[in-house]
Amino acid sequence: MSLLDRHVGFVHALREAGLPVSPAEGLDAVEALRVIDLTERESLRAAYAATLVKRPSYRPGFDILFDLWFPATTSDPGAGRGTAPADGENEQGGENRPDGGNAGGGAGGPDLENAAVPELRDRLAELLLGADGMDGFARAMVERFGRLPAGTGRQKWFSFPVMRTLSPETLMARLLAEVLGGRERGGLAEKVARQRIGENIRRFEDAVGTDVRRRIAEESGIEPIARSSVRPPLEQLDFLRITRTDLARLRREVHPLARRLASRLTVKHCLGHRGRLDFRRTVRASLSSGGVPLTTFNRPRRPHRPELVVLCDVSDSVASFAHFTLLLTYALREQFARVRAFGFVDTVDEITRFFAPGADVVEAMTRLTKEADMVRFGRTNYGYALERFAERYGDAVGPKTSLLILGDARSNYQPPALETLGRLAGAARHAYWLNPEPVAQWDTGDSLATAYGGVVPMRECRNVTQLAAFVEDLA
Amino acid sequence: MWFASPADVRERLGAVDYLSDDSIATSVFLAGALGKPLLAEGPAGVGKTQLAKAVATATGARLIRLQCYEGLDEARALYEWNYKKQLLRIQAGQGESWDATHDDIFTEEFLLERPLLAAIRSETPVVLLIDETDKADVEVEGLLLEILSDYQVTIPELGTIAAVRRPYVVLTSNATRELSEALKRRCLYLHLEYPTPERERDIVLARVPGIEADLAEQLARTVATMRSLELKKAPSVAETVDWANTLIALGRTELDEEAIGATLGVVLKHASDQTRARKELGL
Repeated sequence: MSLLDRHVGFVHALREAGLPVSPAEGLDAVEALRVIDLTERESLRAAYAATLVKRPSYRPGFDILFDLWFPATTSDPGAGRGTAPADGENEQGGENRPDGGNAGGGAGGPDLENAAVPELRDRLAELLLGADGMDGFARAMVERFGRLPAGTGRQKWFSFPVMRTLSPETLMARLLAEVLGGRERGGLAEKVARQRIGENIRRFEDAVGTDVRRRIAEESGIEPIARSSVRPPLEQLDFLRITRTDLARLRREVHPLARRLASRLTVKHCLGHRGRLDFRRTVRASLSSGGVPLTTFNRPRRPHRPELVVLCDVSDSVASFAHFTLLLTYALREQFARVRAFGFVDTVDEITRFFAPGADVVEAMTRLTKEADMVRFGRTNYGYALERFAERYGDAVGPKTSLLILGDARSNYQPPALETLGRLAGAARHAYWLNPEPVAQWDTGDSLATAYGGVVPMRECRNVTQLAAFVEDLA
Repeated sequence: MWFASPADVRERLGAVDYLSDDSIATSVFLAGALGKPLLAEGPAGVGKTQLAKAVATATGARLIRLQCYEGLDEARALYEWNYKKQLLRIQAGQGESWDATHDDIFTEEFLLERPLLAAIRSETPVVLLIDETDKADVEVEGLLLEILSDYQVTIPELGTIAAVRRPYVVLTSNATRELSEALKRRCLYLHLEYPTPERERDIVLARVPGIEADLAEQLARTVATMRSLELKKAPSVAETVDWANTLIALGRTELDEEAIGATLGVVLKHASDQTRARKELGL
């Protein structure tokens, strides 16, 4: 594969993985390739990243694809693994042959091809404490333990046998004892050491994963593995299918996101930032220049801040969505003085108090689930929740309020209380409903999407991108 | 030519106490070699503005800075006619024909240069720093688009002014607002993250004279641990350096629980963050 083909294939794969790479940016990348040293792999990676990846959330996907298209090393076909002979594929991507034995041996470590597992674990322990040569070690370990036979003459590569054999997590206790060297446990020193070792364990996992993908790609082509190993960027992840780790990542994202959303709201209000002419002040100032108004003064514009009332379904079926929107509410609450939040399952409670400015978000979430009075029987009942809301907090909704309802409109076949919702929506300045389900699933089963959608405009909101687009319209 | 290679960037920025890594060095080199603006984005305090300053110092170029803010307009960013002076000129030239006056009052003499125009017209090498681009209104981005793609400005009365030599442009952003796709497309993108503990240790060693390597190491590791907590405002590199200075000033050589407890306010600026850190780190 020529460099040009490789470039085109790579850019194509990036687009397929959801990164918006324009032709102009592709050309920039080519320009960049002409001025850098192509044998420096990290420079090459940085050059591609600088020209093609313009958003941090695209970076993990980019790195996976880069490692596939420009592998750090290529397997030696003569090493007796019985793979197909080199087809030119193996020529590309770097001269450095697998340095398996050398990487470990150079530092006085064991012979990676034959050493017993305890010895290898000793070596891994050194690496986790910060010794050099982790990538070479990871490659050698995949070579030794990562292969499982699959049918006749074929083989498959996996990470899990490698991790199971070496089990880096179980080294933690021993490493901690070594690092702390007799200092007391449980204190700051342990925290710091734990963090550092945990970080290195993740690096090792990544290195193993990268090498496994590289080997699979060598055997069955890059494209299939590329397609299956890149996850969509964070802001395109489906709220309802979000995993726990994603949620943690999302939580770190949510603050800048909310700030971004909030600043979008304020930007909208500040358009035409110069207010009316302040006539008196202008005339007074013109006295010093003989009545010629050299400088004009404007009255400051009165800031207009919308009040926001958020009504959020926090039942289990939309748990991750709810979790996310609650975080968002929390973040918005810090930006705006007038946000009131209500949570419901089958009855409703005001949850604004948990999100006081300055409160700790993790704690707020725990307290919320423990203390708030939102559940009677544990099954979502939109109708009852709406009635209760209108009854207890109806005065929260006024002509200045934007009412925001978040939920999947699945009411367990209970009466919908459309009329109550209509009254609430009528009292509010604007009312919106965000539904985390894809439009295709609306009205299936117990979903009342169309019925509610007829009263309050309903929008599909499944990921951060859609949410951001919505908030842009909100103002 | 601004830099010869990424290695050259590393070395020359290192000489002015800015420690770069692979991606910083390559992006800074490419921005010079391709003549494209460099958009540096990332959390506050990771050294985005510092990067532009370091490039200017390392290359001996003049640094021109445009600080963006809400309400920044063309007159503040690009150029403005000095109309007070123009009025005086008109009054002084009474009896002159209108044509003569008209030609006279729209000349260089009455032009007030603002950062963007200054950068374009400069004869000497210039590093143009457009700081906190995300704070400016969307209209400013439109203005920047024109300047950053052609390096020229049109002033109706004077005609088009093209750059004598391309300035080295660095835009910074805290990503509080998504910049437009069009602007991003024209720029090289550098996402600056918090440095690795190793790099941060070296930064502290370079920036804080007289600090022990051991203390710098402990500092860098502790700050990395703090950043892994869910804080409202993670400590920035600048704050790590402040912290190092504080400890030196207090004559501490060891970073133990007690020393951290006493100086936590230097790195964590929210009460809730401090509470959280105390709890999580067992202070």
